[in-house]
Amino acid sequence: MSASHTGMNSTPSMSPDLDARSLGLRSKMLQTMAAGNRGHLGSAFSLVEILRVLYDEVLRYDARDAKWPGRDRCILSKGHGCIALYVFLAEKGFFPESELNKFCLSDGILGGHPDHKVPGIEASTGSLGHGLPIGLGMAINSRYEGTDSRTFVIIGDGESNEGSIWEAALSAGKHRLSNLTVLVDYNKHQSYSSTLEVQDLEPLADKWEAFGFATAEVDGHDVEALSSVLHNLPINQEKPTAIICHTVKGKGIEFIENDMEWHHKSRISDEELESLYAALGAN
Amino acid sequence: MRQMCLDMVYELAKEDPRIFFIGSDLGANTLDKFKEEMPRRFLMEGISEANVVGVATGLALEGKIPYVNTIATFITRRCYEQVVLDASLHNVNVRLIGNGGGLVYAPLGPTHLAIEDLAIMRAIPNMTIVAPADADEMRRFMPQTVDHQGPIYIRLGKGYDPIVSDDNVPFEIGKAIPMRQGSDALILTTGITLKTGLEAAGMLEEQSISTGVLHVHTIKPLDVDAILEYCANIRAVVSVEEHTVIGGLGSAVAEIIAEAGFDPAKRFKRVGLPDVFPDQYGSQDSLMERYSITAIEVARVTKGLAEGRPDMAFSIEA
Repeated sequence: MSASHTGMNSTPSMSPDLDARSLGLRSKMLQTMAAGNRGHLGSAFSLVEILRVLYDEVLRYDARDAKWPGRDRCILSKGHGCIALYVFLAEKGFFPESELNKFCLSDGILGGHPDHKVPGIEASTGSLGHGLPIGLGMAINSRYEGTDSRTFVIIGDGESNEGSIWEAALSAGKHRLSNLTVLVDYNKHQSYSSTLEVQDLEPLADKWEAFGFATAEVDGHDVEALSSVLHNLPINQEKPTAIICHTVKGKGIEFIENDMEWHHKSRISDEELESLYAALGAN
Repeated sequence: MRQMCLDMVYELAKEDPRIFFIGSDLGANTLDKFKEEMPRRFLMEGISEANVVGVATGLALEGKIPYVNTIATFITRRCYEQVVLDASLHNVNVRLIGNGGGLVYAPLGPTHLAIEDLAIMRAIPNMTIVAPADADEMRRFMPQTVDHQGPIYIRLGKGYDPIVSDDNVPFEIGKAIPMRQGSDALILTTGITLKTGLEAAGMLEEQSISTGVLHVHTIKPLDVDAILEYCANIRAVVSVEEHTVIGGLGSAVAEIIAEAGFDPAKRFKRVGLPDVFPDQYGSQDSLMERYSITAIEVARVTKGLAEGRPDMAFSIEA
């Protein structure tokens, strides 16, 4: 994967088949969603490999000391994809896995959007367009303090409709914050319909380039490709990085892929849940 | 008042490396000394208030104390969601300095008039709101902003406002200041209306109506104890604010008085802007006159209430 603007087109790529780990993570996400009987499943499934590579290989953190100053900061600005994040944070030990079974319940700590009071969550998000400016402030601080902590902000494509994203992009470009990386979960769909229909973002990489970012485009479900890009940051020592991750909404369960019904779903029947598990090849 | 506020940010920043200054697109030469001496803590991020408040929140989450400054309308309503969800939900030490609270920008028209800033900021959990009366009070107040926990909205007056506050009275966030004692009526003020209230009380004194003035510089958290204490033995209570009568000082005081259940009930009146967008240009003073936020009007209303004319509680605009 070339660490530059590759010109990859925006159609869903030919991802390698999901491996056992990716399928297992999705199974745990189904379990989490089932606990609350609701969730943004499609939006979370498109994120899994991005978070997997970040939390398995790239980010520095100490799950036992979530506020360790030397950590990298990671903000899920598209907070509605939080089920994916929760599964990783639980697995890594930021909080007990039992919390996943209390998703959205009154006695749990995990809600339908990330809350900064939860260990491992840097900022409360959910209302879109907030994570990047906050991450920008963190990146400015890190540079001011002379630390090597990096800041990663994951935004959605629908979220990229928000003006505050581009306000922050202008600032980040101005500051040449090479310690800041934006990952766009570009699944080409938002709540109502396709991004093409609602608010076309193309040419997306060109936009980020024009705002002063070095960019890369990558198949957001290809673990090796993601790994290659994320291990070679920054792309340009004088610029922040934007990685356009081409993903598939609902990736991993064919009958929910790109189906807007599964952007957010509540009151999920036992039969539906069973077929979701079955489609993953899980029990 | 504005100059004092920014001067204090500079002085405080010299002593405390946690302090940053963030502007949007302020006037040329604003805080030049700060920029020159502490350039890495001086940010001018452009006309992007949502981003600016988010950046401030990110810095504050890392332990910094960012003072953010722009025109009051833009630092409140333009980026309201960032103020609510970024600064306030995270309960971080972001300081929002709003230039020209109220009618200061009268010549520039309704787009620049912060007539509801107190109301919308008051509705936000964790928010502290302070409207000093003049530059001297600003000087006493600002050092307390450094270690205060949570976001603060600082409402600035025009600048060169007459000094009416008392240098001998210590300033404490959340503690209303009794400026004058009275046994017949009480006037509550905030920001520059302290001057209006004191003048009105003086006029009333000449008419043998003993009138106290309680200066409520902190709109939130409101000094409920002081308000109840100073209202307790007084029948006529009038609030004065350079703000819509909806949701500001008067509303806050009315809520407290109503819930306290005084018997006999207080005779109460809010003096402030009616529920309209101001429809004239001119000056801050001329708009204050147009909407009867004047010492003469406050004295007239207070006198009416003190003399048992409850009809005075209904003004022409209500």
